[in-house]
Amino acid sequence: MSADTAHAHVSRRVYLIGFAASVLLTAVPFWAVMTHAFASPLATSALIVAAAIAQILVHTVCFLHVNTRAEGGWTLMAYIFTAVLVLICISGSLWIMHHLNSNMMPVADNAMEGHL
Amino acid sequence: MSSTTLDDRTFYLVEEADDHHPESGTLLGFWIYLMSDALIFATLFATYGVLSGAYAGGPTQRDLFELPLVALNTAILLVSSITYGFAMIAMQGDRLNATRAWLAVTALLGLSFVGVELHEFAGLIAEGATPQRSAFLSSFFTLVSTHGLHVTVGVIWIGVMLVQLGQRGLHAENRKRLMCLSMFWHFLDVVWIGVFTFVYLLGVVQ
Repeated sequence: MSADTAHAHVSRRVYLIGFAASVLLTAVPFWAVMTHAFASPLATSALIVAAAIAQILVHTVCFLHVNTRAEGGWTLMAYIFTAVLVLICISGSLWIMHHLNSNMMPVADNAMEGHL
Repeated sequence: MSSTTLDDRTFYLVEEADDHHPESGTLLGFWIYLMSDALIFATLFATYGVLSGAYAGGPTQRDLFELPLVALNTAILLVSSITYGFAMIAMQGDRLNATRAWLAVTALLGLSFVGVELHEFAGLIAEGATPQRSAFLSSFFTLVSTHGLHVTVGVIWIGVMLVQLGQRGLHAENRKRLMCLSMFWHFLDVVWIGVFTFVYLLGVVQ
C-alpha cells in the first residue's frame, strides 16, 4: 500500500512553495497591467503570458502533483498529450480564422447593391 | 489462448495479480476526465480568441472589464487552492475535524468566487452588455460561465463530502473521493489562470 499512496502523499512545504510562487506570478501581471508599468503593450503582453505559463506549470507540479512516478507516469503522459491538443486546437483556430479574415474582405454594402 | 475461436481471444492485457493497484483506477480515470474537460475549455478559449474582436459596434473589453474585481476573484480562488491543500494534509494526518474545517473554508471561498462572478455578470447585463449583444460577449459569457458552473459543481461536491465525512469519517473510499475532488478543484484554478490572463488582462492591454 505504501507504493500506492505515494501518489497521494502531499507535503505542506510543496503546497506553501507552490502558493508563494503562484501569488508572485499572479501579482506581477496584475500590477503590470493595472499600473501601466510598461509603455509598450507588447512587452506587457509577453510578461503576462510568460507568467501564466509559469503559473500553470507551478500548479501542475505543486498542486496537481503531476510527476514521472505518479500512476506509473500515465498522468504525465495524458497531461502532455492534452497540452499538445490544447495548443493545436487554440493556435490552429486562431491561425486559420485570422487568415480567413484577412483573405476574405467583407463586401461593402454599396458594392453588393451594384451587382444586384 | 490455445483455442482459435473468436470468443476466446483477449483484446486487452490481463493485469498481473501483484501489479494490481486498488487506488490507481479511479484516480487515473478521473485524471483522464479532467484532461477531456481541458479540451472543452480549449475549444471555448479558441472560440473566444477568434471572436474577441467581433464587437458588432458594442462595448469592448476596455469598456467593460473591472480589473480590481477580477483580481479579487483570482485571489479568492488562489487562497481556496491552498486551503484545499491543507484539507488534504489534514486527511493524511487522519485529522477528521481539521479536514472538515478546511473543506468548509474552501467551499465558502468557492461560494464567494461564484458570488463575485455573478455580481460582475449582473453589472455587465445592467450596462446592456448581454450575451446577445455581440459575438465577443457571447463567447465571453460562454467561457467564463462554464468555468463558474464547474466551480459551483465543485462547491456542491465539497458539500456532499462534508456530509459523507460527518457520517462515515475518513475511510478509504472517502479518501479516494477527496483526492479526485482535489484534482478537480486545482484543475479549475489552472483554467482560471487562462481566463484571467487571456480574457481579462490581455483584453485590457490590447
